Amino acid sequence: MNYSVLLSQMLEASLMSLRIFFVTLLFSVPLGLLAAAGRRTKVKFIQLPVRLYILFMRGTPLMLQLLFIFYGLKPLTGIQLDRVLAAQVAFVLNYAAYFAEIFRGGIDAVPQGQYEAARVLGFTRQQTFFRIVLPQVCKMILPPMSNEVINLVKDTSLAQVIGVTELLRVTSDWVSSAVSMAPFAIAAVFYLAMNAVVTRCFTVAEKRLNYYR
Amino acid sequence: MAILTARNVYKNFDGTEVLKGISLDVEQGEVLTIIGPSGSGKSTLLRCITQLETIDRGEITICGEPLVKSGTSRSAVYADRAARNRIALQIGLVFQNFNLFPHFSVLRNITEAPVHVLGQKKAEAETHARKLLKKMELSDKEDAYPCQLSGGQQQRVSIARALAMNPELLFFDEPTSALDPELTGEILKVIRELAAEHMTMVVVTHEMAFARDVADKVVFMADGTIVEQGTPAQVFGNTQSERTKSFLARFNES
Repeated sequence: MNYSVLLSQMLEASLMSLRIFFVTLLFSVPLGLLAAAGRRTKVKFIQLPVRLYILFMRGTPLMLQLLFIFYGLKPLTGIQLDRVLAAQVAFVLNYAAYFAEIFRGGIDAVPQGQYEAARVLGFTRQQTFFRIVLPQVCKMILPPMSNEVINLVKDTSLAQVIGVTELLRVTSDWVSSAVSMAPFAIAAVFYLAMNAVVTRCFTVAEKRLNYYR
Repeated sequence: MAILTARNVYKNFDGTEVLKGISLDVEQGEVLTIIGPSGSGKSTLLRCITQLETIDRGEITICGEPLVKSGTSRSAVYADRAARNRIALQIGLVFQNFNLFPHFSVLRNITEAPVHVLGQKKAEAETHARKLLKKMELSDKEDAYPCQLSGGQQQRVSIARALAMNPELLFFDEPTSALDPELTGEILKVIRELAAEHMTMVVVTHEMAFARDVADKVVFMADGTIVEQGTPAQVFGNTQSERTKSFLARFNES
Protein backbone atom coordinates (compact mmCIF):
# COMPACT_ATOMS: atom_id res chain seq x y z
CA MET A 1 0.00 0.00 0.00
CA ASN A 2 1.47 3.31 -1.10
CA TYR A 3 0.71 5.65 1.74
CA SER A 4 1.57 8.87 -0.03
CA VAL A 5 -0.86 8.05 -2.85
CA LEU A 6 -3.47 6.95 -0.30
CA LEU A 7 -3.14 10.15 1.68
CA SER A 8 -3.21 12.43 -1.34
CA GLN A 9 -6.34 10.69 -2.63
CA MET A 10 -7.97 10.86 0.76
CA LEU A 11 -7.13 14.54 1.03
CA GLU A 12 -8.60 15.18 -2.37
CA ALA A 13 -11.76 13.30 -1.41
CA SER A 14 -11.92 15.32 1.82
CA LEU A 15 -12.16 18.43 -0.30
CA MET A 16 -15.33 17.04 -1.81
CA SER A 17 -16.67 16.27 1.67
CA LEU A 18 -15.79 19.80 2.76
CA ARG A 19 -17.42 21.23 -0.32
CA ILE A 20 -20.67 19.46 0.46
CA PHE A 21 -20.32 20.61 4.05
CA PHE A 22 -19.82 24.31 3.29
CA VAL A 23 -22.34 24.56 0.48
CA THR A 24 -24.92 22.89 2.70
CA LEU A 25 -24.26 25.31 5.55
CA LEU A 26 -24.29 28.31 3.25
CA PHE A 27 -27.72 27.54 1.80
CA SER A 28 -29.48 25.58 4.52
CA VAL A 29 -29.10 28.26 7.20
CA PRO A 30 -30.98 30.99 5.30
CA LEU A 31 -33.44 28.43 3.94
CA GLY A 32 -33.96 27.13 7.47
CA LEU A 33 -34.61 30.66 8.70
CA LEU A 34 -37.20 31.07 5.97
CA ALA A 35 -38.80 27.75 6.82
CA ALA A 36 -38.86 28.70 10.50
CA ALA A 37 -40.71 31.88 9.56
CA GLY A 38 -43.11 29.83 7.43
CA ARG A 39 -43.62 27.39 10.27
CA ARG A 40 -44.42 30.23 12.67
CA THR A 41 -46.80 32.19 10.46
CA LYS A 42 -50.51 31.96 11.15
CA VAL A 43 -51.22 31.93 7.40
CA LYS A 44 -52.40 28.35 6.93
CA PHE A 45 -51.55 27.95 3.24
CA ILE A 46 -47.94 28.80 4.01
CA GLN A 47 -47.66 26.99 7.33
CA LEU A 48 -49.13 23.69 6.14
CA PRO A 49 -46.74 23.07 3.20
CA VAL A 50 -43.80 24.06 5.40
CA ARG A 51 -44.91 21.59 8.06
CA LEU A 52 -45.22 18.85 5.44
CA TYR A 53 -41.79 19.70 4.09
CA ILE A 54 -40.24 19.49 7.55
CA LEU A 55 -42.09 16.23 8.25
CA PHE A 56 -40.80 14.64 5.05
CA MET A 57 -37.23 15.81 5.46
CA ARG A 58 -36.97 14.74 9.08
CA GLY A 59 -39.17 11.69 8.70
CA THR A 60 -37.34 9.93 5.88
CA PRO A 61 -33.70 8.83 5.68
CA LEU A 62 -31.27 11.30 4.18
CA MET A 63 -29.91 8.41 2.14
CA LEU A 64 -33.34 7.85 0.60
CA GLN A 65 -33.59 11.55 -0.21
CA LEU A 66 -30.21 11.42 -1.94
CA LEU A 67 -31.27 8.41 -4.00
CA PHE A 68 -34.59 9.99 -4.84
CA ILE A 69 -33.16 13.29 -6.01
CA PHE A 70 -30.49 11.62 -8.12
CA TYR A 71 -32.44 8.70 -9.58
CA GLY A 72 -36.09 9.53 -8.95
CA LEU A 73 -36.34 13.07 -10.25
CA LYS A 74 -35.86 12.16 -13.91
CA PRO A 75 -38.90 9.87 -14.31
CA LEU A 76 -41.06 12.43 -12.52
CA THR A 77 -39.86 15.72 -13.99
CA GLY A 78 -37.36 14.90 -16.69
CA ILE A 79 -34.65 16.75 -14.77
CA GLN A 80 -31.37 14.90 -14.26
CA LEU A 81 -29.01 16.55 -11.78
CA ASP A 82 -25.36 15.57 -11.78
CA ARG A 83 -24.16 13.58 -8.78
CA VAL A 84 -22.61 16.40 -6.81
CA LEU A 85 -25.44 18.84 -7.44
CA ALA A 86 -28.02 16.18 -6.50
CA ALA A 87 -26.11 15.52 -3.28
CA GLN A 88 -26.03 19.18 -2.45
CA VAL A 89 -29.71 19.72 -3.14
CA ALA A 90 -30.56 16.79 -0.87
CA PHE A 91 -28.27 17.97 1.92
CA VAL A 92 -29.51 21.56 1.78
CA LEU A 93 -33.18 20.53 1.84
CA ASN A 94 -32.60 18.03 4.62
CA TYR A 95 -30.51 20.23 6.88
CA ALA A 96 -32.69 23.30 6.33
CA ALA A 97 -35.57 21.32 7.84
CA TYR A 98 -33.60 20.51 10.97
CA PHE A 99 -32.27 24.06 11.22
CA ALA A 100 -35.81 25.42 10.79
CA GLU A 101 -36.95 23.55 13.90
CA ILE A 102 -33.91 24.75 15.87
CA PHE A 103 -34.50 28.35 14.78
CA ARG A 104 -38.18 28.09 15.58
CA GLY A 105 -37.40 26.85 19.06
CA GLY A 106 -34.93 29.70 19.52
CA ILE A 107 -37.34 32.35 18.31
CA ASP A 108 -40.13 30.99 20.51
CA ALA A 109 -37.79 31.07 23.50
CA VAL A 110 -37.31 34.84 23.30
CA PRO A 111 -39.66 36.18 25.98
CA GLN A 112 -42.81 37.98 24.86
CA GLY A 113 -41.67 40.93 26.96
CA GLN A 114 -38.82 41.60 24.54
CA TYR A 115 -41.28 42.04 21.69
CA GLU A 116 -43.50 44.23 23.86
CA ALA A 117 -40.62 46.45 24.99
CA ALA A 118 -39.49 46.84 21.38
CA ARG A 119 -43.01 47.64 20.26
CA VAL A 120 -43.58 50.27 22.92
CA LEU A 121 -40.26 51.89 21.97
CA GLY A 122 -41.46 52.16 18.38
CA PHE A 123 -39.22 49.63 16.65
CA THR A 124 -40.61 48.25 13.40
CA ARG A 125 -41.14 44.51 13.08
CA GLN A 126 -37.97 44.14 11.01
CA GLN A 127 -35.92 46.17 13.49
CA THR A 128 -37.34 44.12 16.34
CA PHE A 129 -36.41 40.87 14.64
CA PHE A 130 -32.91 41.79 13.49
CA ARG A 131 -31.82 44.00 16.41
CA ILE A 132 -33.58 42.46 19.40
CA VAL A 133 -34.70 38.90 18.64
CA LEU A 134 -32.13 37.39 16.28
CA PRO A 135 -29.04 38.15 18.41
CA GLN A 136 -30.71 36.44 21.36
CA VAL A 137 -31.75 33.51 19.19
CA CYS A 138 -28.16 33.06 17.98
CA LYS A 139 -26.96 32.62 21.52
CA MET A 140 -29.67 30.15 22.45
CA ILE A 141 -29.34 27.92 19.40
CA LEU A 142 -25.56 27.46 19.52
CA PRO A 143 -25.61 24.14 21.43
CA PRO A 144 -28.23 22.41 19.22
CA MET A 145 -26.60 23.92 16.13
CA SER A 146 -23.22 22.49 17.05
CA ASN A 147 -24.87 19.06 17.25
CA GLU A 148 -26.32 19.38 13.78
CA VAL A 149 -23.16 20.79 12.23
CA ILE A 150 -21.12 17.93 13.66
CA ASN A 151 -23.69 15.53 12.22
CA LEU A 152 -23.35 17.24 8.88
CA VAL A 153 -19.60 16.61 8.77
CA LYS A 154 -20.24 12.90 9.22
CA ASP A 155 -23.33 12.77 7.00
CA THR A 156 -21.33 13.99 4.00
CA SER A 157 -20.19 10.37 3.77
CA LEU A 158 -23.70 9.42 2.66
CA ALA A 159 -23.15 11.15 -0.66
CA GLN A 160 -21.30 8.03 -1.82
CA VAL A 161 -24.61 6.21 -2.35
CA ILE A 162 -25.11 8.26 -5.50
CA GLY A 163 -21.50 7.88 -6.54
CA VAL A 164 -19.95 11.05 -5.20
CA THR A 165 -16.28 10.40 -4.50
CA GLU A 166 -16.09 11.78 -1.02
CA LEU A 167 -13.78 10.76 1.78
CA LEU A 168 -15.40 7.54 2.97
CA ARG A 169 -15.98 6.26 -0.58
CA VAL A 170 -12.31 6.60 -1.46
CA THR A 171 -11.39 5.06 1.87
CA SER A 172 -13.60 2.00 1.33
CA ASP A 173 -12.16 1.50 -2.14
CA TRP A 174 -8.69 1.44 -0.64
CA VAL A 175 -9.73 -0.94 2.09
CA SER A 176 -11.07 -3.48 -0.39
CA SER A 177 -8.25 -3.20 -2.89
CA ALA A 178 -5.40 -3.15 -0.35
CA VAL A 179 -7.10 -5.58 2.07
CA SER A 180 -6.11 -3.38 4.98
CA MET A 181 -8.05 -1.67 7.72
CA ALA A 182 -5.55 1.18 7.96
CA PRO A 183 -7.45 3.53 5.59
CA PHE A 184 -10.48 3.32 7.93
CA ALA A 185 -8.35 4.43 10.85
CA ILE A 186 -6.98 7.30 8.82
CA ALA A 187 -10.49 8.34 7.71
CA ALA A 188 -11.56 8.36 11.36
CA VAL A 189 -8.72 10.75 12.11
CA PHE A 190 -9.79 12.97 9.19
CA TYR A 191 -13.39 13.21 10.39
CA LEU A 192 -12.23 13.72 13.94
CA ALA A 193 -9.95 16.56 12.87
CA MET A 194 -12.76 18.28 10.96
CA ASN A 195 -15.09 18.00 13.92
CA ALA A 196 -12.42 19.22 16.30
CA VAL A 197 -12.35 22.42 14.25
CA VAL A 198 -16.16 22.64 14.25
CA THR A 199 -16.28 22.10 18.00
CA ARG A 200 -13.62 24.72 18.53
CA CYS A 201 -15.54 27.26 16.45
CA PHE A 202 -18.69 26.71 18.50
CA THR A 203 -16.79 26.93 21.77
CA VAL A 204 -15.32 30.26 20.72
CA ALA A 205 -18.73 31.53 19.58
CA GLU A 206 -20.32 30.47 22.86
CA LYS A 207 -17.59 32.21 24.83
CA ARG A 208 -17.98 35.38 22.81
CA LEU A 209 -21.72 35.45 23.47
CA ASN A 210 -21.22 34.66 27.11
CA TYR A 211 -21.10 38.33 28.10
CA TYR A 212 -24.84 38.33 28.78
CA ARG A 213 -27.46 35.95 30.06
CA MET B 1 -55.78 69.96 28.98
CA ALA B 2 -56.48 66.25 29.08
CA ILE B 3 -53.51 64.41 27.63
CA LEU B 4 -55.28 61.07 27.83
CA THR B 5 -58.98 60.47 27.57
CA ALA B 6 -60.58 57.04 27.68
CA ARG B 7 -64.33 56.62 27.23
CA ASN B 8 -66.31 53.43 27.79
CA VAL B 9 -63.44 51.13 27.01
CA TYR B 10 -64.43 47.47 26.71
CA LYS B 11 -62.09 44.53 26.31
CA ASN B 12 -62.71 40.81 26.50
CA PHE B 13 -60.39 37.85 26.32
CA ASP B 14 -62.15 34.82 24.82
CA GLY B 15 -65.52 35.97 26.02
CA THR B 16 -64.41 37.03 29.50
CA GLU B 17 -65.08 40.71 29.89
CA VAL B 18 -61.92 42.20 31.44
CA LEU B 19 -62.68 45.90 30.97
CA LYS B 20 -66.32 46.84 31.31
CA GLY B 21 -66.65 50.43 30.25
CA ILE B 22 -63.64 52.26 31.64
CA SER B 23 -63.61 56.06 31.40
CA LEU B 24 -60.84 58.23 32.75
CA ASP B 25 -58.92 61.43 32.05
CA VAL B 26 -55.31 62.31 32.72
CA GLU B 27 -54.37 65.98 32.66
CA GLN B 28 -51.00 67.35 31.60
CA GLY B 29 -48.49 67.14 34.45
CA GLU B 30 -50.76 64.95 36.54
CA VAL B 31 -49.92 61.71 38.31
CA LEU B 32 -52.68 59.15 38.28
CA THR B 33 -52.34 55.99 40.32
CA ILE B 34 -54.47 52.93 39.69
CA ILE B 35 -55.02 50.54 42.56
CA GLY B 36 -57.16 47.48 42.97
CA PRO B 37 -57.07 43.72 43.45
CA SER B 38 -55.25 41.42 41.03
CA GLY B 39 -57.34 40.56 38.00
CA SER B 40 -59.27 43.81 38.17
CA GLY B 41 -58.06 44.84 34.72
CA LYS B 42 -55.49 47.49 35.72
CA SER B 43 -52.66 46.06 33.63
CA THR B 44 -54.99 45.29 30.75
CA LEU B 45 -56.09 48.92 30.73
CA LEU B 46 -52.46 50.07 30.48
CA ARG B 47 -51.77 47.51 27.77
CA CYS B 48 -54.77 48.76 25.79
CA ILE B 49 -53.68 52.38 26.03
CA THR B 50 -50.10 51.50 25.06
CA GLN B 51 -51.38 49.48 22.06
CA LEU B 52 -50.11 46.13 23.31
CA GLU B 53 -53.75 45.04 23.22
CA THR B 54 -56.65 46.25 21.12
CA ILE B 55 -59.97 47.20 22.64
CA ASP B 56 -63.36 45.90 21.54
CA ARG B 57 -65.16 49.20 21.77
CA GLY B 58 -64.84 52.61 23.30
CA GLU B 59 -62.69 55.64 22.61
CA ILE B 60 -59.13 56.56 23.50
CA THR B 61 -57.59 59.93 22.69
CA ILE B 62 -53.95 60.71 23.43
CA CYS B 63 -52.41 64.20 23.13
CA GLY B 64 -55.50 65.37 21.26
CA GLU B 65 -55.22 62.64 18.65
CA PRO B 66 -57.83 59.87 18.54
CA LEU B 67 -56.25 56.42 18.78
CA VAL B 68 -59.54 54.60 18.62
CA LYS B 69 -63.13 55.76 18.15
CA SER B 70 -66.47 54.08 18.47
CA GLY B 71 -67.69 52.80 15.14
CA THR B 72 -71.26 52.61 13.96
CA SER B 73 -71.75 48.96 14.88
CA ARG B 74 -70.47 49.27 18.47
CA SER B 75 -67.05 48.01 17.43
CA ALA B 76 -63.87 50.04 17.88
CA VAL B 77 -62.33 51.80 14.89
CA TYR B 78 -58.60 52.36 15.15
CA ALA B 79 -56.68 55.23 13.57
CA ASP B 80 -54.46 54.39 10.61
CA ARG B 81 -51.02 52.96 11.15
CA ALA B 82 -49.18 56.28 10.80
CA ALA B 83 -51.37 57.86 13.46
CA ARG B 84 -51.00 54.85 15.76
CA ASN B 85 -47.23 55.04 15.44
CA ARG B 86 -47.28 58.78 16.08
CA ILE B 87 -49.34 58.22 19.20
CA ALA B 88 -47.13 55.34 20.36
CA LEU B 89 -44.13 57.66 20.31
CA GLN B 90 -45.85 60.00 22.79
CA ILE B 91 -46.06 57.17 25.27
CA GLY B 92 -43.53 55.36 27.43
CA LEU B 93 -44.16 52.17 29.36
CA VAL B 94 -42.18 50.73 32.25
CA PHE B 95 -42.84 47.02 32.75
CA GLN B 96 -43.15 45.01 35.91
CA ASN B 97 -40.24 42.78 34.93
CA PHE B 98 -38.17 45.47 33.19
CA ASN B 99 -37.83 43.73 29.79
CA LEU B 100 -34.41 45.21 29.19
CA PHE B 101 -32.55 43.91 26.14
CA PRO B 102 -30.06 41.45 27.67
CA HIS B 103 -27.60 41.55 24.76
CA PHE B 104 -27.16 45.33 24.91
CA SER B 105 -25.13 47.30 27.42
CA VAL B 106 -27.00 49.68 29.70
CA LEU B 107 -26.08 52.62 27.47
CA ARG B 108 -27.19 50.86 24.29
CA ASN B 109 -30.44 49.78 25.91
CA ILE B 110 -31.18 53.48 26.30
CA THR B 111 -29.83 54.77 22.97
CA GLU B 112 -31.03 52.04 20.59
CA ALA B 113 -34.55 53.39 20.12
CA PRO B 114 -33.66 57.11 19.96
CA VAL B 115 -31.05 56.32 17.29
CA HIS B 116 -32.99 53.81 15.21
CA VAL B 117 -36.56 54.95 15.77
CA LEU B 118 -36.22 58.71 16.19
CA GLY B 119 -33.15 58.99 13.98
CA GLN B 120 -31.03 60.82 16.55
CA LYS B 121 -27.28 61.00 16.08
CA LYS B 122 -25.50 58.40 18.16
CA ALA B 123 -23.45 61.00 20.05
CA GLU B 124 -26.53 63.06 20.79
CA ALA B 125 -28.43 60.00 22.03
CA GLU B 126 -25.50 58.99 24.22
CA THR B 127 -25.22 62.44 25.78
CA HIS B 128 -28.90 62.32 26.62
CA ALA B 129 -28.60 58.75 27.90
CA ARG B 130 -25.72 59.69 30.20
CA LYS B 131 -27.75 62.57 31.57
CA LEU B 132 -30.59 60.17 32.33
CA LEU B 133 -28.23 57.63 33.88
CA LYS B 134 -26.84 60.34 36.13
CA LYS B 135 -30.36 61.18 37.21
CA MET B 136 -30.95 57.49 37.94
CA GLU B 137 -27.65 57.41 39.88
CA LEU B 138 -26.27 54.79 37.51
CA SER B 139 -23.48 56.77 35.85
CA ASP B 140 -20.94 54.07 36.64
CA LYS B 141 -23.05 51.34 35.03
CA GLU B 142 -23.29 52.45 31.41
CA ASP B 143 -21.07 49.62 30.17
CA ALA B 144 -22.65 46.96 32.36
CA TYR B 145 -25.10 44.40 31.01
CA PRO B 146 -28.56 43.98 32.51
CA CYS B 147 -27.68 40.61 34.05
CA GLN B 148 -24.99 42.32 36.12
CA LEU B 149 -27.46 44.70 37.75
CA SER B 150 -29.81 44.35 40.69
CA GLY B 151 -33.54 44.42 40.02
CA GLY B 152 -33.78 47.98 41.22
CA GLN B 153 -30.95 49.07 38.96
CA GLN B 154 -32.51 47.26 36.02
CA GLN B 155 -35.80 49.00 36.63
CA ARG B 156 -34.06 52.38 36.76
CA VAL B 157 -32.38 51.61 33.44
CA SER B 158 -35.76 50.75 31.97
CA ILE B 159 -37.16 54.06 33.26
CA ALA B 160 -34.22 55.85 31.63
CA ARG B 161 -34.87 53.89 28.43
CA ALA B 162 -38.49 55.07 28.39
CA LEU B 163 -37.51 58.68 29.20
CA ALA B 164 -34.92 58.73 26.41
CA MET B 165 -37.81 58.80 23.93
CA ASN B 166 -39.09 62.04 25.50
CA PRO B 167 -42.62 60.74 26.02
CA GLU B 168 -45.48 63.08 26.84
CA LEU B 169 -46.97 60.42 29.03
CA LEU B 170 -45.29 57.67 31.01
CA PHE B 171 -46.98 54.49 32.18
CA PHE B 172 -45.77 52.18 34.93
CA ASP B 173 -47.21 48.67 35.15
CA GLU B 174 -46.58 47.56 38.74
CA PRO B 175 -42.97 48.79 38.54
CA THR B 176 -42.02 47.45 41.96
CA SER B 177 -43.87 44.13 42.05
CA ALA B 178 -40.76 42.17 41.07
CA LEU B 179 -38.61 43.91 43.69
CA ASP B 180 -37.94 43.43 47.39
CA PRO B 181 -38.95 46.24 49.77
CA GLU B 182 -35.50 47.82 49.80
CA LEU B 183 -35.30 48.06 46.03
CA THR B 184 -38.94 49.12 45.86
CA GLY B 185 -37.96 52.25 47.76
CA GLU B 186 -35.39 53.31 45.21
CA ILE B 187 -37.86 53.00 42.34
CA LEU B 188 -40.59 54.88 44.19
CA LYS B 189 -38.08 57.63 44.89
CA VAL B 190 -37.34 57.97 41.17
CA ILE B 191 -41.05 58.15 40.34
CA ARG B 192 -41.53 60.78 43.03
CA GLU B 193 -38.71 62.84 41.52
CA LEU B 194 -40.35 62.60 38.10
CA ALA B 195 -43.64 63.67 39.65
CA ALA B 196 -41.91 66.70 41.15
CA GLU B 197 -40.78 67.60 37.63
CA HIS B 198 -44.42 67.38 36.50
CA MET B 199 -43.94 64.37 34.28
CA THR B 200 -47.40 63.11 33.34
CA MET B 201 -47.64 59.58 34.68
CA VAL B 202 -50.07 56.74 35.15
CA VAL B 203 -48.88 54.23 37.74
CA VAL B 204 -50.49 50.88 38.41
CA THR B 205 -49.29 49.86 41.84
CA HIS B 206 -49.92 47.77 44.93
CA GLU B 207 -47.93 50.22 47.07
CA MET B 208 -50.84 51.93 48.79
CA ALA B 209 -48.90 54.53 50.73
CA PHE B 210 -47.11 55.49 47.55
CA ALA B 211 -50.35 55.57 45.55
CA ARG B 212 -51.77 57.94 48.12
CA ASP B 213 -48.75 60.21 48.50
CA VAL B 214 -47.60 60.66 44.94
CA ALA B 215 -50.94 60.88 43.17
CA ASP B 216 -52.99 63.84 42.09
CA LYS B 217 -55.77 61.42 41.34
CA VAL B 218 -56.41 57.84 42.43
CA VAL B 219 -58.48 55.29 40.57
CA PHE B 220 -59.72 52.15 42.30
CA MET B 221 -60.55 49.34 39.91
CA ALA B 222 -62.29 46.04 40.60
CA ASP B 223 -63.79 43.46 38.24
CA GLY B 224 -63.08 45.50 35.14
CA THR B 225 -64.78 48.67 36.30
CA ILE B 226 -63.70 51.85 38.00
CA VAL B 227 -65.35 51.62 41.37
CA GLU B 228 -64.13 54.90 42.71
CA GLN B 229 -61.90 57.74 41.62
CA GLY B 230 -60.89 61.08 43.02
CA THR B 231 -58.14 62.84 44.91
CA PRO B 232 -56.14 60.70 47.33
CA ALA B 233 -57.94 62.45 50.16
CA GLN B 234 -61.31 61.42 48.74
CA VAL B 235 -60.44 57.83 47.89
CA PHE B 236 -58.34 57.05 50.96
CA GLY B 237 -59.85 59.46 53.48
CA ASN B 238 -63.49 59.60 52.53
CA THR B 239 -64.05 56.25 50.87
CA GLN B 240 -67.55 55.93 49.42
CA SER B 241 -67.92 52.40 48.07
CA GLU B 242 -68.00 49.25 50.20
CA ARG B 243 -65.78 47.45 47.68
CA THR B 244 -63.05 50.08 48.04
CA LYS B 245 -63.43 50.09 51.81
CA SER B 246 -62.94 46.35 52.09
CA PHE B 247 -59.90 46.47 49.79
CA LEU B 248 -58.30 49.32 51.72
CA ALA B 249 -59.19 47.74 55.06
CA ARG B 250 -57.04 44.73 54.24
CA PHE B 251 -54.22 47.07 53.32
CA ASN B 252 -54.60 49.08 56.51
CA GLU B 253 -54.38 45.91 58.63
CA SER B 254 -50.96 44.98 57.30
